[in-house]
Amino acid sequence: MEILLKAKNLSKEYVKTTGFFSRTRVSIKALDNMTINIKKGITLAVVGESGSGKSTLAKSLIRLVELDRGTITFKDKNLRKINGEDLKQTRKNIQMVFQDPYASLNPRMKILNIMEEPLKIHDLGSSETQYSKILSMIKKVGLDEQDLSKYPHQFSGGQRQRIGIARALILEPELVICDEPVSALDVSVQAQIIQLLKSLQKEFGLTYLFITHDLRIVRHIANEVIVMKDGKLMEQGKTDIIFRNPKTKYTKELLASIPGNLSKRK
Amino acid sequence: MKNNILEINKLNVFSNNNSRLILVKNISLSLQKGKTTCIVGESGSGKSLTALSVMQLLSSQLNMSGDIVFEGVNLLNLNKEEVRRIRGKDIAMIFQEPMTSLNPVLTIGYQISEAIEVHEKLIKVELNNRVKELLKIVGIPIDRINSYPDELSGGQRQRVMIAMAISCSPKLLIADEPTTALDVTVQAQILNLLNSLKIKYQMTMLFITHDFGVVNDIADNVAVMYQGEIVEQGGVSSILKEPKHPYTKALLDCVPDSNGKKDLKPIDYFALKKAMG
Repeated sequence: MEILLKAKNLSKEYVKTTGFFSRTRVSIKALDNMTINIKKGITLAVVGESGSGKSTLAKSLIRLVELDRGTITFKDKNLRKINGEDLKQTRKNIQMVFQDPYASLNPRMKILNIMEEPLKIHDLGSSETQYSKILSMIKKVGLDEQDLSKYPHQFSGGQRQRIGIARALILEPELVICDEPVSALDVSVQAQIIQLLKSLQKEFGLTYLFITHDLRIVRHIANEVIVMKDGKLMEQGKTDIIFRNPKTKYTKELLASIPGNLSKRK
Repeated sequence: MKNNILEINKLNVFSNNNSRLILVKNISLSLQKGKTTCIVGESGSGKSLTALSVMQLLSSQLNMSGDIVFEGVNLLNLNKEEVRRIRGKDIAMIFQEPMTSLNPVLTIGYQISEAIEVHEKLIKVELNNRVKELLKIVGIPIDRINSYPDELSGGQRQRVMIAMAISCSPKLLIADEPTTALDVTVQAQILNLLNSLKIKYQMTMLFITHDFGVVNDIADNVAVMYQGEIVEQGGVSSILKEPKHPYTKALLDCVPDSNGKKDLKPIDYFALKKAMG
């Protein structure tokens, strides 16, 4: 299977200073020699508890976080070396859906402008073709033409996440990084969004890097899983195999803490 | 009923400005002593309002009718001072977002002692010992007593909230989505902690959640709420295994299960409306 993105030996350290005149330095390894390969057309889930470095990994792949060490290869380009126009073009191909749909949409912009912005930045098409593109995308995620003239606060959490997804897909990316896209939503809405992501994947042949701490969702959406702890890779493999036969103690612990598994925990 | 610590009878919560806007409709619910009752429902189903009305913490824009009888006393007939004596002592509550319910400029030790002082007169040494004991019970290292909330993790903050809630040995603990903001491993720890405290202190718990996985782990009895009404209630195994109401079935269908590969089905509200007549 073709590999879309290769990341090798990624390392990132955050330094925290405390004490009088910030003399005490504590460093936290958010990424510690992480190596991952993302195959084209699949959903790769990254699981781990808060602070395990999942989000740093996601952000580093689109260079929202600059790494200390490591190489990222996306479609034969070294992502850490490219600049300017090259970087812009590559970013167009890797889009992100964020956790908090309340915080990731500008409250002062209408949905139309939110959707239009990426198209304008990348200078794609005339304003008419842009509008028809936006319209078809907003319908794909289950909203209406009327919704385009509304502001983010007029939508529920689930609808806002749909807008976030539409915004990410409008540039027709190949890789979509979903950073806990359903953690802030309630179960019924969560099911809708997961169904939506699945159907969009089928339609556009998308590759997902899906970050979550909820292993139940992983089971439903991911083909492969990476388990992370303290910035390190603990275990990786096919979802079914990891669920049935976890190798490390940490993965076993994670599996046992799935709600609904109390009997296994005791 | 002797075994019931709390009985909610025909509770209605409605808006002051628009009496036709009824947010909680005719709810009746009894909590058995020493058991955990879960209220399950989506956002906006009225589960938090039900909990807040037991605590008499509803916004002044809202009004309620009906009876809420706690150990033979109708809470709705009490004056503010009498309610204050019960609230925090006999009935305590923990909330979803531990960061917004703790004061960021006070140490956690101070905040826990404050919760005790409202209801009990203790001298300083005793108070200090009590705070340390509580920290130990909820599993926070004692040297954290002078930490501020922002120096703690989400799970530790929720443990502080639990310490405050159990500081006066409440008979009833109301927990409003206490683990929704936490990640799974921490969630499992907090659920275990609550369960062990419930047994140790023979507390009754009213637990609000939207996650049937959590219900399965913690509940003895379940009430399912939809659009302000309780559509189904009963023992946890009968609700989970043999749901009767179409809404309960639909809600169960959209919860990802822990082992199988059941298809997720979002709720089809149109079909649901038809099924409910």
